[in-house]
Amino acid sequence: MSRVHDMGGRWGDGPVVPGPQGMVPVGAEWQRAALALTLAAGGLGAWSIDRSRHARECLAPGDYARFSYYEKWIAALADLVVATGLVSRAELAAGAADPAPPHPRLFTADKVAPALARGTPYRRETGVAAAFAPGDRVRTRLPARNAFVPGGHTRLPGYAAGQVGTVILGHGAHVLPDANAHGLGECPEPLYTVAFAAADLWGAAEGTGDEVTADLWQSYLEPA
Amino acid sequence: MPHDHSHDDDHPHALLPPEPALRVKALQTILVGKGLVDPEAMEAILETYERKVGPHLGAQVVARAWVDPAFRGRLLADANAAMAELGIAGRQGEHVVAVENTAGTHNMVVCTLCSCYPWPLLGIPPAWYKSDAYRARAVREPRRVLAEFGVTLPEGTKVRVWDSTAEVRYLVVPMRPEGSEGLDLAALAALVTRDSMIGTGLAGAPA
Repeated sequence: MSRVHDMGGRWGDGPVVPGPQGMVPVGAEWQRAALALTLAAGGLGAWSIDRSRHARECLAPGDYARFSYYEKWIAALADLVVATGLVSRAELAAGAADPAPPHPRLFTADKVAPALARGTPYRRETGVAAAFAPGDRVRTRLPARNAFVPGGHTRLPGYAAGQVGTVILGHGAHVLPDANAHGLGECPEPLYTVAFAAADLWGAAEGTGDEVTADLWQSYLEPA
Repeated sequence: MPHDHSHDDDHPHALLPPEPALRVKALQTILVGKGLVDPEAMEAILETYERKVGPHLGAQVVARAWVDPAFRGRLLADANAAMAELGIAGRQGEHVVAVENTAGTHNMVVCTLCSCYPWPLLGIPPAWYKSDAYRARAVREPRRVLAEFGVTLPEGTKVRVWDSTAEVRYLVVPMRPEGSEGLDLAALAALVTRDSMIGTGLAGAPA
């Protein structure tokens, strides 16, 4: 039921290695190209961020573990352009394509600044009434899973599945990734921040009163 | 019911050369050649994230919140509106919530499922934030992780770790350092490190 990306709480990863403060260099030329290519292709609007996240999650576990960040991006981008019919498998295998006129939705340089500044808001008006309010106790779905598609995308981390927590924030309705990642529509529903006692999640907390929060959609939750 | 497992050898990316630089180059050749990507747009994207957008923007927000109680109130109530006053907005920061560190609560941000991060405030995420170690451990043992950053919290401070599982992005407002009274906005902003706005660091002490 789980996928390799769902690693919160996992043991065995070793120390975190801090880096210098300030702006982060993108890295080598290929990493710069991977970042820019992914965002530029994303500007075509052929897939949502939910679908692109799912494409990265669908990498084989061995690949996901050994690929660096931008290797995951570029592998997922290759998979997405084929899945959306923009590029054929034969073209990928050949490493070349017949020249074609610019796509009608080509993300041209003049669109970059306004698009990056605007982003893609995910809040929606919806007729789905909020079932919970800050202070309410809720229990999360168990197991963490996509209710529409076996093995599909969800944003309920495994460590927070089947747990009881307290709603601390309401965010209005947001696009439901579980549906949107699979072309099933945006299906917006109320989104909440739920706080869990670390002692409940892990059996024992590192410190008294420590908490972990997650942002969870209404359909992930039931009253507790 | 649709099924979306793909077997290893079905992944189209496996058709590309395995070496990352060659892999990116091949894909770029195809996408540019097919009129799907504009190389000048790629340059403009890099210009944005290599020269314009970085943690100096988040630091401006924090410094303003330290000196201006009304702004602080607006930031905590509606962060995007407060950011807009300073001209800060954008991709991966569409829905920002500012969380304030206090003597009682230390906030720390992670994305265990991928690497969600408030790009318009902090720029692109550092390698450690994207690492398996941080994603795996920040939720279970935040205090050990903090120790690896040289941070030890006072007795009686609880830790609240925010796992960014939706399109909400969190900005930690660190505590204003002792001895920073009388500093101007620019001097205060210089004390606000990137890590202090993720919650793996504290704002620096004035020199």
